[in-house]
Amino acid sequence: MERDGAIIEVEVSLPISQRAKEVKKNGRLVELIFKTSLGFWAIFLGVVFPISAFFILAKESWLSIKRFGFGFITGTVWDPVALVFGGLPAIYGTLLITFLAVLIATPVSIGISIFITELVPKWLKPIVTGAVELLAAIPSIIYGMCGFFVFVPFVAKHVEPFLIENFSRLPVIGFVFNGIPSGIDAFTTSIVLSVMIIPFMASVTKDSFNMVPSIVKESAYGLGATKWEVMRKVVIPYTASGIAGGLILAIGRALGETMAVTFLAGNNPQIPKSLFEPLTTITVALANQFTEADTDLYLSSLYYLAIILFVISFLVLVTAKLMVLRLEKQWKVKQI
Amino acid sequence: MEGKADIRKRAIIRRRIISRVFLTISTLTAIYGIFWLFWILSDLFINGFRYIHIGLLMEDMNPAGVKGGGLRHAFVGHLIITSIATVMGVTVGVFAGIFFAEYGRDSRFIQALRNVTDIMVSTPSIVMGALVYAVLVKPVGHFISLGGSIALALIMMPVIAITTDEMLKLVPGMMREAAYALGAYKWQIIIKVTLRAAKVGILTGVILGIARITGETAPLLFTSFNNNFLETNILKPMASLTVTVFQFVMGPYDYWHEQAWAASLILTMGVLILSIIAKIIINGVSFTVPFALISRSLFFIRKFRKEE
Repeated sequence: MERDGAIIEVEVSLPISQRAKEVKKNGRLVELIFKTSLGFWAIFLGVVFPISAFFILAKESWLSIKRFGFGFITGTVWDPVALVFGGLPAIYGTLLITFLAVLIATPVSIGISIFITELVPKWLKPIVTGAVELLAAIPSIIYGMCGFFVFVPFVAKHVEPFLIENFSRLPVIGFVFNGIPSGIDAFTTSIVLSVMIIPFMASVTKDSFNMVPSIVKESAYGLGATKWEVMRKVVIPYTASGIAGGLILAIGRALGETMAVTFLAGNNPQIPKSLFEPLTTITVALANQFTEADTDLYLSSLYYLAIILFVISFLVLVTAKLMVLRLEKQWKVKQI
Repeated sequence: MEGKADIRKRAIIRRRIISRVFLTISTLTAIYGIFWLFWILSDLFINGFRYIHIGLLMEDMNPAGVKGGGLRHAFVGHLIITSIATVMGVTVGVFAGIFFAEYGRDSRFIQALRNVTDIMVSTPSIVMGALVYAVLVKPVGHFISLGGSIALALIMMPVIAITTDEMLKLVPGMMREAAYALGAYKWQIIIKVTLRAAKVGILTGVILGIARITGETAPLLFTSFNNNFLETNILKPMASLTVTVFQFVMGPYDYWHEQAWAASLILTMGVLILSIIAKIIINGVSFTVPFALISRSLFFIRKFRKEE
């Protein structure tokens, strides 16, 4: 072998063919070990972990499941002293604030996506995108804290009295605005929660908007459509499944949100009759009562809530995933 | 009497006005989003900045009600908990991610596993805490900070696995084929070619994962719990920054609130800086990890790189 002008002698102790065989054998062995050790963790994450999570939760909540059955879901009394547990207030609270938050976040996210894809000057684009995405990076407890110390007093002093005064006497929907302006209620919680899920929804929506072939948009412009008409009648219908995917992803996020909601919801195990009453959610009940649960049935009932949350959010996210996958397929076909 | 031309003109003007109105609304929504970011950050600065002092890092907590003291115990605890979680989470996440990308590309079964992992990214974090409580805290009989690390690691693993997978998919097939042509084994290709090519991307994923778990509170509430004293034994309950902030905010003392603001400011800045670093390293990675759509935005990077 020649290297740098010098001749280096290579000693080969074994005949070449035998050595090659050995290398091959070792290589195969390493390959096998490598593959199984990686595969082990892949299977752990993809199968073992979700399934065992489900069974652990099921086992822990078994006591409560046996005692209350499916009646737990419709039971309205949550009384740790009398050992009567019903999950409806928490489930209802979770669904209510998720619904309200998504209701606020959807138009805002679509607006932000339109702004980012169509309106913003090129140099400002990464700044706006980054700023909106940074909203997702702020820890949930910070939202809770800022909400609790700053937003709640503001809302309680300026916004809610106004709403109660002007809207509570309206026919039919007036009862929604009844109550005391305390700031610790579904109204504040869902506004803060909506801010937390906006980045998730906006980034999916924005990505799908970017996927619309420009030729489609240009055709609409060519027919004399205004910018809004192009967005409303071409881009949004074209990306409907992307928007829906983002929406469902945001729902999944909102369902599991804990700390911000714990600060703002008030931990009141009652079904709220209006926007301005304190309420509880599954995550709030878990965060507040888990370490206080002094009886097995109490703890088991909390696990019952946890498994309900786990199943709901898993199903919601599966739906989101399937929609996004369908969308990807569509795009792949179109790119060719 | 109006002519046809007038009517048409008026219709056009009307449509233009409608368009203007809605575009203005969409601008306002963007301002609304950015407003919240600045509002939260300015709140943190206004309320927290003046309470940051060196004692916060150097002193332990005073007994409740006695003014002064610091949060050294929480900073140390937080560092220990997140470091252990990061080691576990990154190892498992990267392993699984490599498997998804390199061995499972053509297998429907493994792609299904990958999609399930993608879904697990969004599992409510408090459920992870409840899981670890059932598996570890209950049998042991007391709160244990290792449990907090495990809960955080479980949150981190899917995130890292998915980003690793996405990043490895970006490595051009030609590089692999070239290595195959030299007679390399798959493990050699992975270690010497694809991992090297994708290391910056994987690092970005790791940073994002750390940023994500640093701000988590819920899974720590009933695993590592809290501790008013400095504790370095990972088998004992340990204070963390986020749980301490929770305790202080809910507590009655004003100086607790002040310290909570200061601690939150430091925590948020840390998380934001990590996120921004990740964002700068790879423009196109989103903090929101919105499923496989990342791969779409990365598609452009790939195209761009090819052109280079």
